[in-house]
Amino acid sequence: MKLLDFFKRPRTAPVARERLQILLAHERAVSGKSDLIAILQEEIMAVIAKHFPVDSDGIKVKMERGEVVSTLEVEVEIPTPMCPSFPLPAKPAPAEPCAAGGVEAAQTGS
Amino acid sequence: MGDSNMAKVVVVTSGKGGVGKTTSTAALGAALATAGKNVVLVDFDVGLRNLDLVMGAERRVVYDLINVVQGDSKLAQALIRDKRVPTLSLLPASQTRDKDALSDEGVSRVIAELKEKFDWVICDSPAGIERGATLAMRHADVAIIVTNPEVSSVRDSDRIIGLLDSKTEKAEKGERVQKHLLITRFDAARAGRGEMLNVEDVLEILSIPLLGIIPESFEVLRASNLGSPVTLNNPGSAPARAYFDAAKRLNGEALDMTIPSDRKGLFGKLFGRRAA
Repeated sequence: MKLLDFFKRPRTAPVARERLQILLAHERAVSGKSDLIAILQEEIMAVIAKHFPVDSDGIKVKMERGEVVSTLEVEVEIPTPMCPSFPLPAKPAPAEPCAAGGVEAAQTGS
Repeated sequence: MGDSNMAKVVVVTSGKGGVGKTTSTAALGAALATAGKNVVLVDFDVGLRNLDLVMGAERRVVYDLINVVQGDSKLAQALIRDKRVPTLSLLPASQTRDKDALSDEGVSRVIAELKEKFDWVICDSPAGIERGATLAMRHADVAIIVTNPEVSSVRDSDRIIGLLDSKTEKAEKGERVQKHLLITRFDAARAGRGEMLNVEDVLEILSIPLLGIIPESFEVLRASNLGSPVTLNNPGSAPARAYFDAAKRLNGEALDMTIPSDRKGLFGKLFGRRAA
């Protein structure tokens, strides 16, 4: 049986090739995107800083890839004393600083 | 000596460790030098230097790259001239210092100085994608990506190609580093049986031009045991012939791509060993 197995040993290189092709297609897309996110973070920061004193840790940009729709989540934290007087939400007041709640933009495609 | 405008800076890189960067740096450098070019090999693997050992110069190291970068010694004091090939020199890495002792400006200055003196400046990169590796590729005109026909090596090479396109001086100027793929430890028989990625697979996945295919061979270990580049230790061996061809392609010659073989008939197997 062992000898027979030896002669019938499956070709593993095609599996390696396919796994690499799938993996690298994904990794190349992600590494391109992570650059884009860094750029977005910097540019958004520049715009917001014109109006509010925010520091670089106060902005979080996150991209999540879905099957049909991907979301770009931008979260900006501003110290409450600096915040213009928008009315606070009524009851389920979130503990977050005022302008914080994720400003979400949907981006189609993936 | 070299004309600094014509001098080429090459980085030998891979991402993954143990694929043959240092072996390839030594073998290609020696091949170019025996063809009459002025060649310097620069070891960027600070803290884990090995190029000196592979070149058989480990007992001749006095000053190193960090000493020169920091201005503690002159370049001429740190360069080690090869005893076999007079046009081949080595600039060793430090074994005790940290890579953080290499400043960007210091490295730029040393590379510029080497370009004045040599035709080829070949930088042996450390493994990884950290500062040591990005410093080694920083000033490169040409990159040789050393890859084994194996999944983790191919993946890491892809990553390094991305860095070459973004973290080098050329990339920042909107130019391109010329990239070449060097496949090492290739076993044609296993690839033929579908047990190992074949050359076409690797080329298709990484899509950069092929510089050479170095066959898996005990000659490589034998040469490093003796402290000699395989192209000097046994110039007629299969890996040496593959490296000589790769060096010619690097130099702009167009050669047919072949995979040299040491395979002998029964007679050769019985009697050929003695020659080693």
